[in-house]
Amino acid sequence: MLGNTFYNSIVKRNSVYVSTIFLGAFTFGVGFDVAVSSFWDRWNQGKQWKDIRDKYVQDADS
Amino acid sequence: MLSRLPLAALKSSGAVGASRSTLSAAGKRSASQVRFASTASSSSGAFQSLFTSRASLVSVTLFSAGSIAWYTHLYGSLPFIGEVHANSLADDGLHPGVYPWPHKGLFDTFDHASIRRGFQVYREVCAACHSLDRIAWRNLVGVSHTADEARLLAEDVEYTDGPDDAGEMFQRPGKLSDYLPPPYPNEEAARAGNGGALPPDLSLIIKARHGGADYVFSLLTGYVDPPAGVEIREGMNYNPYFPGGAISMARLLFDGLVEYEDGTPATTSQMAKDVVTFLNWAAEPELDERKRLGLKAVILFSALFAVSIGVKRFKWTPIKNRKIIYKPPVDNAL
Repeated sequence: MLGNTFYNSIVKRNSVYVSTIFLGAFTFGVGFDVAVSSFWDRWNQGKQWKDIRDKYVQDADS
Repeated sequence: MLSRLPLAALKSSGAVGASRSTLSAAGKRSASQVRFASTASSSSGAFQSLFTSRASLVSVTLFSAGSIAWYTHLYGSLPFIGEVHANSLADDGLHPGVYPWPHKGLFDTFDHASIRRGFQVYREVCAACHSLDRIAWRNLVGVSHTADEARLLAEDVEYTDGPDDAGEMFQRPGKLSDYLPPPYPNEEAARAGNGGALPPDLSLIIKARHGGADYVFSLLTGYVDPPAGVEIREGMNYNPYFPGGAISMARLLFDGLVEYEDGTPATTSQMAKDVVTFLNWAAEPELDERKRLGLKAVILFSALFAVSIGVKRFKWTPIKNRKIIYKPPVDNAL
């Protein structure tokens, strides 16, 4: 049942199949990066440059 | 001994084979002996001559003696055999303690506030003698200073540039792309200014010393009076962490030597910790990004490994679970 839906909606047309794979890879890449980065920033809270830079930056630039 | 013991031991096994062959020659062959007669006679003869001949004994002995001689020549001593040394362990320097650096763990980045304080210590204390060739002002941007601050720091230093239109070299204030200025123009000047000892470049010092950050921290905080019986020459200082104990660099970090802009109390160990963190960043500026990418890679590759194990099990299931049943043919003739 699930397999049939999967086949009919995605695998049946090669154009849909290929674009699903490419879109899935793109979204996974972005999502994975966001997930790892959020863990990373939580783990290293207060240690990274972005956590302390507002103490030193004067203007809008840099 | 060489001719008697091993050969005699091996010959007894050879005698068994010989007696068997005489037995079979005498015609009392059991069925099994007949069956394996051709293979047993030909292969065991070659096998026994290889293992009982004096030539192989001599060559194996020569090979072993040669390997031992070669190993001792290469590495000086054999493993697992005790040795007596005349030098003292102090000559190799005291082993540094293990310190809980903020960037030590698998997921831990540098403490960038500490890098910033450490740069201040380097600039006000270490830079009087030690160069930092591989770090440019631009490298500080986004790590410990903003671009404006780094630009101001660079402008304090005069750099020789040129030639200009008239072919003359000229002095100009520093830019972000300039490297940190060396304290001495060349090695000879550095040696002349330090009693013949060359202050090493600090760009990669954390990577270049056994013990890394722990060692440099111990060295900076480990100055003590020499113990009784240890002679330290004029101009040298005693430090148990330095191999040999006598180091040209004097103790430089004292409480309150620098004034931190963020209000951190400038104790000796605080300054040592900050400057070592800064030097560790100088040696491994890629550490933060390397660990982050390593985390992503480990997650992805272990997921792919689990998938490959799953696919393998899926593909092998029918092969692993099949049962081969022998059905004897039905004899219709009877």
